[in-house]
Amino acid sequence: MKEAVKSGKTVEEALGAALEELGVGPDSVTVEVLSEPAKGLFGILGSKPAVVKVVCKETAGAKASLLVKNIIEAIGLGGEVSFQENQETIYIEVSGEKMGVLIGRRGETLNALQYLVGLAVNRTEGDRKRIQIDIEGYRKKREETLQELAHKLADKAKRRGRNVVLEPMNPQERRVIHIALKGRDDIYTFSEGEEPFRKIVISPRK
Amino acid sequence: MKELVEILAKALVDKPEAVDVKLLEQEKSILIELRVAPEDVGKVIGKQGRIARAIRQVVKSAAAKSRKKVVVEIM
Repeated sequence: MKEAVKSGKTVEEALGAALEELGVGPDSVTVEVLSEPAKGLFGILGSKPAVVKVVCKETAGAKASLLVKNIIEAIGLGGEVSFQENQETIYIEVSGEKMGVLIGRRGETLNALQYLVGLAVNRTEGDRKRIQIDIEGYRKKREETLQELAHKLADKAKRRGRNVVLEPMNPQERRVIHIALKGRDDIYTFSEGEEPFRKIVISPRK
Repeated sequence: MKELVEILAKALVDKPEAVDVKLLEQEKSILIELRVAPEDVGKVIGKQGRIARAIRQVVKSAAAKSRKKVVVEIM
């Protein structure tokens, strides 16, 4: 667990320095004041600085990113893992070289990894958190590809006047396509089939 | 690779101390046997084997370099 011990003229100053070193906000730490500052005689003799010990709280996000780091190391890859979290979601970013194997064909491996980390984190925690793992910006690129594909296939459905059925996708990818085409009034989208083979159908509006 | 299966399994079960992984290296393949506490078996297999499939997928990526087929068996 990460921690830092810092001193300063005041408790606030010491705390600020510790937070800066750990690179976290005041909400994700516990603070212990090791010694209160003392003025001393004439402000010189016997003056003591404030000393605080700051320990990073074991949040779900910290646990999740540690797990991801351990997995990557066990696979034999070196990479940086960072995370951000809010009430509902934990975003984990992985960057490094040779991350292709960890993404897999069409993100298969990345999705499997994300699924497993999600299960591990939500196993004990009371409130469920959604886990989103991205590797070297793959998800963002994939999202753009899906949006382009969505419009291309929507045009095809309209031109042919027939339904266009997409290949099976996971919920997140389907969501991207539904949202991308929400604004169009010449076609509409829905999903059919059972997970994990659920797929989107683009249908022309008559 | 043994370590990887161990990390994944321990993260998923209620009794990590009961997780046992054995690796049997064969000529063309690597067989990994995973054992967990009886009450945890469902946590590493999942509905219709979904968790087991995800574990195998991640392990497969680790095996890509070795050029050997990796089989993960849950005992």
